Parts: sequence; C-alpha cells; structure tokens
Amino acid sequence: MSDIIRTDRPPEAAARKTGEFMPTLQLSTDHDLCPGCGEPLALRTVLESIVDLGMSQQCVGVIGIGCYTALTSIMDVDLIQALHGRAPSVATGSKRMRPETLIFTLQGDGDMANEGLQEVIHTAARGESVTCILLNNGVFGETGGHMTATTVIGQRTKNSLDGRDAAYHGHPIDMIGLLAPLGGTAYAARGSVHDAAGVAKTRRMVRRAFEAQLRGDGFSIVEILTMCPTGWFIPTEEGPDYLDTVMGEIHVTGEWKRDGQLLQQAADPPEAD
Amino acid sequence: MIESRGTVVIAAERCKGCELCIPACPPKVLRMSGERNAIGAEVPELLAGCTGCGACLLVCPDFCFEIYRFETPQTHPGAGAAS
Amino acid sequence: MTRRLMEGSEAMAEAAIAAGCRFFAGYPMTPFTELLENFAAKLPTAGGTCINAESELEAVGMAWGACATGARAATGSTGQGLSLMQESLSEITRAELPLVVFNMARGQSDYYQATRGGGHGDYRHLVLAPIDVNEAIHHVQLAFHLADHWRNPVLIYGDYLLGHTAEAVDVVREGFDPLPEKDWAVDGSRGGGGDPRNLNPIGMVPGIKGIDPDSFWKRLQAKHDAMEAAEKRFDQEHLEDAELLVVAFGSMARFARHVVRELRAEGVRVGYFRPITLWPFPSEALAQAAAGVRKVAVLEQNAGQMIDDVRLSVLGAAPVAPIGGISSDSAGFGVGPLLDIETIRGRVENALDGSGARA
Repeated sequence: MSDIIRTDRPPEAAARKTGEFMPTLQLSTDHDLCPGCGEPLALRTVLESIVDLGMSQQCVGVIGIGCYTALTSIMDVDLIQALHGRAPSVATGSKRMRPETLIFTLQGDGDMANEGLQEVIHTAARGESVTCILLNNGVFGETGGHMTATTVIGQRTKNSLDGRDAAYHGHPIDMIGLLAPLGGTAYAARGSVHDAAGVAKTRRMVRRAFEAQLRGDGFSIVEILTMCPTGWFIPTEEGPDYLDTVMGEIHVTGEWKRDGQLLQQAADPPEAD
Repeated sequence: MIESRGTVVIAAERCKGCELCIPACPPKVLRMSGERNAIGAEVPELLAGCTGCGACLLVCPDFCFEIYRFETPQTHPGAGAAS
Repeated sequence: MTRRLMEGSEAMAEAAIAAGCRFFAGYPMTPFTELLENFAAKLPTAGGTCINAESELEAVGMAWGACATGARAATGSTGQGLSLMQESLSEITRAELPLVVFNMARGQSDYYQATRGGGHGDYRHLVLAPIDVNEAIHHVQLAFHLADHWRNPVLIYGDYLLGHTAEAVDVVREGFDPLPEKDWAVDGSRGGGGDPRNLNPIGMVPGIKGIDPDSFWKRLQAKHDAMEAAEKRFDQEHLEDAELLVVAFGSMARFARHVVRELRAEGVRVGYFRPITLWPFPSEALAQAAAGVRKVAVLEQNAGQMIDDVRLSVLGAAPVAPIGGISSDSAGFGVGPLLDIETIRGRVENALDGSGARA
C-alpha cells in the first residue's frame, strides 16, 4: 500500500489549489440528497455560472418542489420558493419588476413537464427574459421513483412496474424539442452530468443561457439530465451509464437553439466563449 | 517511477460512497479503499499518478474533492494505478 | 376636487395605481374583465406592467413573483378564477407576501371562499368588502397598506354591481402610517455574502437543513391572531331602541341601509350593521349591536354563508333569520331580482313581524 497518497490534508510540496470543494455561492457542503444523485452536480454548474458572469449580487432563483428544493439551504443566492410547477410565472413577475436582475428557475421534470407544463410553454412563448433550469431524471425522486412526463419508454418506476408502455402510459415529452421552436425561445440546450465532460459542457450551456437573458434576447432554457439511482432502482455506480444509454437515447444532449436560431442537429456548446 | 502532477484532498467524512469518482478519473488513480467513514460509506483513495484535472470534483455530488496542481511534478516509486 | 363619473372598475384601478401598485396580472372573466382592462390601459403609463396571463394559475404566480421583489402588486378574478388561485394564495400567505387580490364576484356566493379560503393549511387573508365605488377607492389603498403592514394578502370583495356602477368620485392618494422598510424583499442583492434571503412558504431558512413546520406554522398563527384582534372594521346605524337588526355586507348592505333609513323615517325600530372586514369578522361589535334586539335578519345574496358568522357572533342572544338568498340573472353574474329596494323592503318588513319593531 506504499503507493497510496495521503488525501486527508493539503499537500506538503508546493502546489496551487485549482479546485475548491464547493462553489463560492454555496453556504455549506452538507445536504441530504442520496448517494450518486446528479442534482448537486447540476447545482454546481448553475452557481459557478452566476459567479462567472459577476451576477452573485444581482441574481434571484425561483425554486420548484422536488429533491433539489432541499439544496436551497446551501445556496448563497436570493431565492423565492415557488409551488410545484409555478416557478416560471413567479420568475416572470420578478423579472418584470427587476429587469436588471438575473432570474432563473430550478425545476425538476415532475415540476416542469408534469405539473407546470403550461407555465413554461407560455413563459417561453412570451419570450420572457428568464432562464429555466430543468433537472430531468425521468422520475419523481422525492416521492420515491414514480413515472413523470419524461420517463422513457420501457423505464420501470413504482407506477410503471413493467416499464413505461406507450400504449398504456403514453409517450415521454422531449422538453427541449418542445420548447426550442417557440418564437420567444432564444436559447435551448440539454446537458448531462453523467461524466466530467458532460458537467463542463452543461456549465457552458448554463452560462450561455444566462448571457442570452442578460442580453435581453428572450427566454432561455437548459435541461440537465441528472442521475437518480434511488428512483431508477439501480446501484449508484451504474447511474451515469444508465443516464447515458437509457435516458440519453430520447433526451438528446447538445445545444438546440442559439441566438434564436434552431440548429439542424443538436451540437456541443463552443469551447472558448 | 510514477509522476503526480497534481493531488486531491478528500473530505472522506462526508463521502456517501457513490463511487462516481472512480470511473470519472482519467488516469484511473482513484479506487475504493475498503475503509468506511462514520456514516458507513466506503470511501475512495488516491494512488500515485494524479494529474490534478479535477474530473472527480466535477462528478462528486457531495463536494468531497479539493484539487491541487504541484509546482513541480512529484515522483513516487512503485506501480501506481492497479492495472 | 376633480370628481369624475367613473365605473368601479376604473376607479379601483386608479386607486391601486395611486397607492403605488406597479404590477397586475389577470385573466379575463366577467365581471372582473373591466378591472383587468383598466389596469392594462393605465399601468404602462404609470411605469408599471400589466400581463394578460394565460390562466389564473399563472396570473397569481406572476403577482407572487412581483410582490416578492418589493413591488406593490395585485391580481384578481371572479370567485371561479380565484378557485384556481387558491393553492398559490395559501402559499403566498405562508411566504408572508403583501399581495392584493380582487374578487369581482358573481354575487355574494364567494363569502366562504373569501373568509375561509379554499386553499390548504392554516392561513388567513384580510377581506375588505366596500359598499360603493367611493369606499372601494379607499379600500383599495388601505388594502395595499395593510398588505405591507402585515406582510399578508388582502382581498377586496367586490361584485358586478361595484365594478359596473358609475359614480361621481375623485381618486385621491391617501396617506397612511409609515411602513417599515421592505428589508425582506428579494432583489437579488444578498447573494454571495453568506446571508441570502429566501422567501419561503415551507419554512426553509438559508444555511439550515430541513424545516420546522410546527414552530413555523405557530408563528404564522400568532400573526393571524394579531391581525384578527387589530383589523375588525364595521359600520352601524339606527341601533338605538332597535327591535330588529339587519346585517348585510358589500353591495347588499347598500340596499339594506337604504331600506333601514326609509323604515326609520317611518318610525320603525330597525337597525343596521355592516361588517366592513369579512375577515376578521367584527363579532364583538355585532354582538353588542344585537344585544337589545328581538331578532337579527341577515341579507346576503347567496344560500346563507355570512349567517354562520352572524350566529357565531350573536351566540343565541336573539333569533337569526336569513332574508336574502340566491338571486341571479340568466348568465349567472349575480345581478338577480333581489337587487331591488322594494323586494328587500318587503323581506325586512316580513322579518319585522313578531319582532316588536312596529310598535
């Protein structure tokens, strides 16, 4: 075991710290989300993007109801806690009264695609200058793994025990495919946090969505595919692969709309911008 | 000789043992240690050969990683990552 | 004075803007529509925003987000639309936000909705029921003041008659006691300093994991108890030696007051009591007004809702009888045959029988 490196304290040799435990806009690292959950990774991309743009003291988050709601206790951001599904409307009212403020929503798939589908569609169609962040894990995680409007065909949940059957349960909604074409949508992208490259790309997407908002281009949305091994009933270490192969097949990642223009094919966000 | 261009500090006390960092590590220098922390989660350990890339930090849901890059790469005897 | 003939809808929108309202969102529905039209026409020139929301659910959400930033904001509908808003109204109350809500009701059948609420949990709204356009101008401004004072929604209970009756009025900005700074408002400025704000209806506090619903709800209850003790408002007249007391609110009270005055002029010993706040209901004042009477008659345009509060106030000291009832036009807008002086006078006179008022 001689080649095991001590990791319980900073190195003794001269070294530069290049990554902090947590984003600067976090109050603590302490949260009760499950092992292997993707939502804290998505939160990191959002908090770091706010800092990147220098908007820490000019930013309001409007939070939906889901597991991620528990993360609000560690967010060092001004927040409005909304009802399940209603965050885009609440964000609309806030933005109209505080147009200079960066306003984003944080919603799950149950929140946005089930309970609040009408709200997000109209907010996009109005071209409201807010950014909606959709954390999509394809299940109601907080209730323990139930089918949502984004659950993929064949996926087993507590109320689709033999897998989602299109004939019986209906088809999943591709949220970015639905929202990107709307006239008021300036920017639409779907990222994924199943690996480090995905987290890095997602962060660029979130930042580009925020930039679109700050330019006043209109509505922007970033859907982030997140692991929910608890709600998927799989071992935690299998979460990333399940996300990539099962969810990613229907929920295609990449930028779908930039600068108000739909892309022919979803593409990675540019590296240097 | 194995070279480490970087290293990490692992806040093992808050690790929940999800193992997401293991496959995320490009040089494959993280592995599960067999040790358990106070909440009963098996925690990772670091072998020689870390590049300080920060991939583990990006995929850790529990904010357990702090990343360092050495001013001068450190060398270690031995085989480094288990092949 | 610049008195102008103005419909209630226009006067209330003007009063709201005079009170500093800068945001309104609503969805058209008779007889609320004209209030929305007036906000849409007037708010932009006053530096505000009026959004024609895609549903009442969205209207109340938008108003929630607007008042959370510290702006004076309002929404409204008829009782039907307010049914859709109840979940949000209940949460907004728990988030302690100063929202003003207009119910331009179809008659008076939303008394329960206004005073009990159709939302979940223990929550209370102040409810003001103006008798006419002039009082509505005052109530609207008072509503914004009380909403800010208590950090609690305030509901204005109007109806078709109030919204569509034109009266010669003057909208003058009123002064109220100074209010504390809105240091709770979320403007985005507190991020990154370790002490952010979270306007939260479920009791979450930044930096603290989990919630403590028990103490959170009890704290709100204490506030609502204080509101109940402080904000009861009522109007009364001709109580001296009254044998019959007529109780009515809002538009119906205007008819009731007229009839009572007519009968008094004829020497009939009849009195009049009007709760101005439907919540808190002025129970003690009503009990006192009813102390010497032989009978209490409740005139309301519904199947009998406020009569519960009247009975809970009078507590059996005198018999309480309904003299109103359901009365609607063919469209269901609440403009029924009961809205008629002769009809109401007849019902009051019927109630007089055996009351000893016509001695």
